[in-house]
Amino acid sequence: MIDRRVFIHFDWILFVSAMLLAIIGIANLYSATAGTGSSLYIKQSYWLIIGITAIGIAALFNYSQIERFAYFLYGMSITLLVAVNLFGKTTAGAKRWLDLGFVSFQPSEFAKIALVVMLAKYFNETSIPRQGMSIKDLMLPGFILIVPFVLVAKQPDLGTALILLLIFVSITLFMKVRWKTIAGIAAAIVPFIPFAWHFLKDYQKARLLSFIDPKLDPLGTGYHLAQSKIAIGSGGFVGKGFVMGTQGQLKFLPEHHTDFIFSVLAEEWGFIGSVVVIVLFLIIIMWGLHIAQHSKDRFGTILAFGVSALFFWHVAINIGMVMGLLPVVGVPLPFMSYGGSFLLTSMVGIGVLINVSMRRFMF
Amino acid sequence: MYIGQDNPREFKNVLYAAAWFVTFVFFILLIRIWYLQVFKGKDFRELAESNSIRLVRTIAPRGIIFDTNGKMLVENRPSFDISIIPDDVKDLGKVKQTIHAITGITPEDIDEKLKAAKKQPAFQPVKIKEDISWEEVAKTEIAKIDMPGVILEIEPKRRYIFGDLITHLIGYLSEIAEGQLKTLKKANYRAGDYIGKYGVESGFEEHLRGINGGRQIEVDALGREVELLRKINPIQGNNIYLTIDLDTQIAARVAMANKVGSVVAIDPNNGRVLAFVSLPSFDPNIFSKGVSRETWTELVANPFRTLENKPVQGQYPPASTFKLITAAAALEEGIIKPSTKIYAGETFRFGNRDFRDWKQGGHGIIDIHRAIVESSDTFFYQVGLKVGVDRLAYYAKGFGLGQKTGIQLTDEKPGLVPSSKWKKDVYKVQWYEGETISVSVGQGYMLTTPIQMANAYAAISNGGKLFQPQIVDRVEDLSGNISMSFKPKEIGRVPVSDKTLDILKKALYGVVHEDGGTGRGLRIEGIPIAGKTGTAQVVKLKENAKRLKPHQVAYEQRDHAWFVGFAPADDPNIVVAVMVEHGGFGSEAAAPVAKEVIKAYLKDKL
Repeated sequence: MIDRRVFIHFDWILFVSAMLLAIIGIANLYSATAGTGSSLYIKQSYWLIIGITAIGIAALFNYSQIERFAYFLYGMSITLLVAVNLFGKTTAGAKRWLDLGFVSFQPSEFAKIALVVMLAKYFNETSIPRQGMSIKDLMLPGFILIVPFVLVAKQPDLGTALILLLIFVSITLFMKVRWKTIAGIAAAIVPFIPFAWHFLKDYQKARLLSFIDPKLDPLGTGYHLAQSKIAIGSGGFVGKGFVMGTQGQLKFLPEHHTDFIFSVLAEEWGFIGSVVVIVLFLIIIMWGLHIAQHSKDRFGTILAFGVSALFFWHVAINIGMVMGLLPVVGVPLPFMSYGGSFLLTSMVGIGVLINVSMRRFMF
Repeated sequence: MYIGQDNPREFKNVLYAAAWFVTFVFFILLIRIWYLQVFKGKDFRELAESNSIRLVRTIAPRGIIFDTNGKMLVENRPSFDISIIPDDVKDLGKVKQTIHAITGITPEDIDEKLKAAKKQPAFQPVKIKEDISWEEVAKTEIAKIDMPGVILEIEPKRRYIFGDLITHLIGYLSEIAEGQLKTLKKANYRAGDYIGKYGVESGFEEHLRGINGGRQIEVDALGREVELLRKINPIQGNNIYLTIDLDTQIAARVAMANKVGSVVAIDPNNGRVLAFVSLPSFDPNIFSKGVSRETWTELVANPFRTLENKPVQGQYPPASTFKLITAAAALEEGIIKPSTKIYAGETFRFGNRDFRDWKQGGHGIIDIHRAIVESSDTFFYQVGLKVGVDRLAYYAKGFGLGQKTGIQLTDEKPGLVPSSKWKKDVYKVQWYEGETISVSVGQGYMLTTPIQMANAYAAISNGGKLFQPQIVDRVEDLSGNISMSFKPKEIGRVPVSDKTLDILKKALYGVVHEDGGTGRGLRIEGIPIAGKTGTAQVVKLKENAKRLKPHQVAYEQRDHAWFVGFAPADDPNIVVAVMVEHGGFGSEAAAPVAKEVIKAYLKDKL
């Protein structure tokens, strides 16, 4: 089953880009927590090693196997999400973690990949009308989305729920949806926006309001954003140097090792470092789309596209947020933010892309 | 017409579109980062280097506490605190020396305080000394110009206007305990914050606390404030109006001078607490500067149990005040009729023991009315025996004894109503009838709290309704809108007919107004009063022991003095329960206190 040709066609571009990002990420994490005695970067290194193994496994067997296991993966992710709702550990008011004793893990991360795989399988087996899908055609895939979406939103983890929604929207638009249907859904959603407002928690409202007008919450989110912008901006063209950042290191930036990690990097490595990282992300996403284009079958195309979309939305939202272009949403930056589950998910995503990439030559 | 299954070429155009979209978004990201880092980089660097923006919290003043008529009981006053911002200190040695010279705080103490605050960010102020004097303020104000990192903070402090007057009901503020802090972090409490520790201050913490504000300020390289960037004003906590009537409270407190015990006055029509005294008391203002270990030990170790909230936590035998319940049981169960007369002599012999009456020579042949008026013991021994302990227990519970009243104060005690089952469960032995004799006059195992007795008598006076005692009338926000108000809450009805209640009320009136009544000293011109004295034995007297006057006995062996009563007797609007620990006779130690309380509350009728 393992073919020698597979290794000849191993996708080094993807692998090297991802590794570079992960290594930069760990160094950056070391810097962000330097002087606090924290060993987060060591934990993250362990997760990276597990992640590399995951790439190996995800790349090893033919991705058509993944299609076969789609129901199982999807069902598994739902089960875990239900489990976390029932038995999850509550941290900072949200139930997101499953404690497995030696390690805690976030099922919502796993759900992202499972959703991509499930949608890829569904659309691969479904004929799409030439004019695009109508509301009726969207019912079933919508159902595939809504189950994990609701479970994740309930935790509450609005950042991840938003990513699930965006993955769904990306893939369905990719499969083609009727213009009329798009317009219809948009028209139907708009009146509900004020309604949805009531379901948001206070801190979420504050985040949205302070994005529109930072003066509204100068002590909370407004403060975080101001500090984030100062950290990034003060990095200048060449940055302050490794471990030399003054804003990032625990003092001013909140969540500096998770959601605001990019600010630490931008402060210490300046415009040059920021561009390097952004370009590496761009390479991964564009290369992912390239793989989608050249996949030998439809399932591979949708799968590669879905994973690329996953990376794209994470990067765009996170970096946009820390620079004050978007409201503050809890969306981490792939390979850079601290968090084992998400690093693993990102690595599996890379593994899936490599898998599709390797096998496009095997007709 | 459908497109073929395995033809990825169908996605060619949409993939191009996606690639363009991604390029476009990344282009925006790059422009933005260029704008922040290159175009505006210099400005941001300056902001960062000047160490720029600080958050300073502004503590919200707590809500004010008033009595029922709007007289202020607790207010806020400004307190000046010296704090250090570790991040901004340039010369710590000099700072410590100067602070030592001004305030007398030793450099070691300062080190300790800084060490305790290690976990919080270094730009957050660490309090060194709170509530400093005007002189210290002036000196610090001058000295701090040369000492970056030293700041003066003004924070509201609590002032209990009447000192130790109502401490056990209002409670006090104290620095938050470390263990408590962990669970309260989310509610934005920080180390060093003050929090309500008992009574209303604690029970209504979230109403009183208010919402802290803050100031986002720009500071220079030396940590001095350069510019106020943004500010959110703190919102004062909600005001609380108690049910307490200040004049009545003061009268009760004054009448209890030099005594140990409780006074509870409630309005029998709704359960509102009008006066609430627990002695000895303490001045809650001592906590505002952080209480010293010695003061605290003194409070805890006080032999008269200063920290015990006696009206709700003190459990005493109700003594003769319980006879009303024995009487109610006997009448309801048909054991006696109102007209039944019994011989109540000096002693009552049961088994091989003589149970004696408080009155030398006894009371002769009397009915229930006179038995209550004269507080005959031997009458109730005989009647109680016939009722039996379990039926006594049923009625006692019916009057709210043996269970918490539900007053909004922590750690209320339930008291104890003994029954044959209770004794079997606890002591594994059966009930002896001789023990019923003690219980029928409120001695033996029977224990009640003063608030329970006040409530039970309130029920006698109001036609049988038991109310939950209430201490807060309403909570108001700053604009005077009522955010919470308390309606009378009926928690039960005594299992006694109106006819019986009427007999009891008449007898209680007789206690004060008839010849031979034990409460005759209580009479006030113009106000009919009803009530009952009680003298609770603390040590069991030996048979045929000599009758001694209270002052002839050691303090701990003196009897507890009770008085529970209401006024005006025909249409009561105040019930008072007075309990003087080791005070001797109820008529001598407790009744005069009740008289002053009633006089103060009903002064308009005098």
